[in-house]
Amino acid sequence: MIAEFLDLAFISGLMGATMRMATPIIFAALGEILTERAGVLNLGIEGIMLMGAMTGFVFTYSSGSIWFGVFAAACVGMLLGFLMALLSVNLGLSQHVSGLGITLFATGLAMFIYRLHFGSPTVPPIIQPFKQVALPVLSKIPVIGPGLFTQYTLTYIAWLLVPALSILLYKTTIGLKIRTVGENPVVADTVGVNVALTRTLCLVAGGALMGIGGAFLTLAHQNMFLIDVIGGRGWVAIAMVIFGNWNPLKATIGALIFGFLDGLQLRLQSIGVVLSFHLFLMIPYLLTIIALIGVSRRAAVPAGLLKPYRREEKGG
Amino acid sequence: MGKNDQPVVSMSGITKRFLDVTANRDVSFQLHSGEICALLGENGAGKTTLMNILFGYYACDAGEIFIKGEKVNLSAPKDAISRGVGMIHQHFALVASQTVLENIVVGTASRKGIFLDLASARQALVRLQERFGLQIDPDARVWTLSVGEQQKVEILKALYRDVDILIMDEPTAVLAPAETSDLFNTLRSLVQEGRSVVFISHKLNEVMDISDRIVVLRAGEVVAERKTSETSARELANLMVGRELLESIEKTERAPGDPVLNIKKLNVLNDKKLAAIADLNLTVRQNEILGMAGISGNGQTELSEVLFGMRSPSQGVIEINERSLKLGNPAASIQSQMGRIPEDRIGTGLLMDLSVEENFILENHASAAFQAYGLMKSQKIHNFSDRLIKAYNIKTAGRDAITKSLSGGNLQKVMLARALAGEPSLIVASQPTRGLDVGAMEYIHQRLVEERQRGAGILLISDDLDEIFALSDRIVVLYEGKIMGEAPGATASREQIGLWMSGVMA
Repeated sequence: MIAEFLDLAFISGLMGATMRMATPIIFAALGEILTERAGVLNLGIEGIMLMGAMTGFVFTYSSGSIWFGVFAAACVGMLLGFLMALLSVNLGLSQHVSGLGITLFATGLAMFIYRLHFGSPTVPPIIQPFKQVALPVLSKIPVIGPGLFTQYTLTYIAWLLVPALSILLYKTTIGLKIRTVGENPVVADTVGVNVALTRTLCLVAGGALMGIGGAFLTLAHQNMFLIDVIGGRGWVAIAMVIFGNWNPLKATIGALIFGFLDGLQLRLQSIGVVLSFHLFLMIPYLLTIIALIGVSRRAAVPAGLLKPYRREEKGG
Repeated sequence: MGKNDQPVVSMSGITKRFLDVTANRDVSFQLHSGEICALLGENGAGKTTLMNILFGYYACDAGEIFIKGEKVNLSAPKDAISRGVGMIHQHFALVASQTVLENIVVGTASRKGIFLDLASARQALVRLQERFGLQIDPDARVWTLSVGEQQKVEILKALYRDVDILIMDEPTAVLAPAETSDLFNTLRSLVQEGRSVVFISHKLNEVMDISDRIVVLRAGEVVAERKTSETSARELANLMVGRELLESIEKTERAPGDPVLNIKKLNVLNDKKLAAIADLNLTVRQNEILGMAGISGNGQTELSEVLFGMRSPSQGVIEINERSLKLGNPAASIQSQMGRIPEDRIGTGLLMDLSVEENFILENHASAAFQAYGLMKSQKIHNFSDRLIKAYNIKTAGRDAITKSLSGGNLQKVMLARALAGEPSLIVASQPTRGLDVGAMEYIHQRLVEERQRGAGILLISDDLDEIFALSDRIVVLYEGKIMGEAPGATASREQIGLWMSGVMA
């Protein structure tokens, strides 16, 4: 069995799987970082991902264009992000309640629309999913090349988004405004930044990323929609945001660790390590919890997180 | 000084209501270029509200505002900033986790479009620093700065935005005497350049010292306007409070008795694991008020937390009534007959979302007087609460009122009533009048002196030197966690105490 671990194909395959399994988490975590940096915890993430997964699937199935499916998933994510903004920013409701409400609502809605469209077929409908693209030159690198650089286009996009979000947050005037809104909305307001608008836009853009993250699971990872397709990955993404201290790069590292463990458990099952598969499924989640215990003590939570902002509250 | 020119700011007929409270009623206010105008009044008199309206932070319900001769309609602070009005709030508007430079440039245009242009912002900042002598490292994170330095950042932030009408809300509340005089020098150099300053305060001495003109507000209305050269602190105090204040606190001679608090070789670490209190020895006796002076941040908070049982010292012994106190255990401190008045009434002293009554019994809710077998004795608690509300003249809708509906002075009275109800032999009062107005302060001072007459020993920790001098039988100065010096209250000189506070051993 040891020999099988050291097998080149095994390592290469594991690296590839790490990237694939990390992709939806990266999308979702980046979206969540954007919203939390603006001071809104979006617990609607799990539901938004599921709606993204369903919408992406349905639109791809109906139109035959997989990119149209991705686009539709992003749009639905934006709509739900906007709904979150209406509840938590404009009405100033509790972010916990609004977010969980959206997850519950979206979970029901996703199944409802799917049933409306397909009824209850005995064999679930399938689509032609994304194909992996081998990058020229890079995929020819020995050992790591074939695994790392033969991926879905969405995975490559996720990779590009990590530095893009870092630059947005840390190198632009917009990013400084977002961070200021998230740290202290009063400060932002007194220097002329529109707090509500900033938070709304971040929720909308973040929702788009969450929707695409969900769609990856039905358009690339699998080729069908199942109600449990997200499987808690939205919550994992939130954990990775904390693990990564609200920093896109560090959260991505967390997502990769999760992807690695997820890939590993799949492979351990496939090479016939005899244990209940439930235990394998547990590994990434368990290690996420352990990692969080270690990291979260020195977490630099955006100081304005969870606080609705209204100007004319005396003493506020 | 062009005081006869057209005013740079003219507000007239300003009225502002919050729900059922009228914060400003038909207020008129003028500011001229090149002057420092003090806005004087007790807490809740409407000073800050009026200036928040000028800053565009609040919208007024009625009234007109002219800035530099032009009628303005301010819907947000950015409208005011663009007309040169800047405001520095009492709680600084800075992001603690960001650098000085980031705090200063946020919301301003960048020459590189959407990308931050920190290099040229830094140059502009350095030029401002040199011009006004406000030296701060632009790359320091704000949380690492002292409050005095943070205030300099706020001033730089306003200057960076070309503010020529600067509003400062209680700017000295958090400053050491030396920092205050630095600030005053800065303000004087600002007005010499033709800028104007509004200085909100309830501290009479400072107002007399820094301002050219004083506008007194009481209960939301302007009650008087004086040239500083033509008035006195005494007159201002009476105008502000609306009645004659006591000349000074009456205190009779009493010989100190047995020690009620004995601290031996106390060492305490702060949150950053650095020494906050080092080898401290201290004794407080019956019939005595020991005033502990010092600039905040020199270990006072940590010392009071140790006494209250909220923090464990790394070393040391504390004896109360000659019995050793179990350390790091709030329940032990309560049972030791210590009256505890923590410095942060909102954060640690009271539960703002519970009723006044529940706050009264917070420390003793488990005592046999208030419960039997886990069931609260409601009637006894009601009686107890009503008695305290009456005895301390606490202004509240009733014992069931939610605590956050009370004003600062009344919140302090709730804490005081709770701490004194059990007739403690030791009272530890940490910053007991911080942020309170003159009337409330006078009441708290009287009560503390009465407790001394009763025989209690009081450790009064305060960064307000007036308070220390008014009450203390003995004064010690805490500097970097050590006692710098000790002097009898009756004969101590302000100069000497001030030097000790700045760490000068003379």
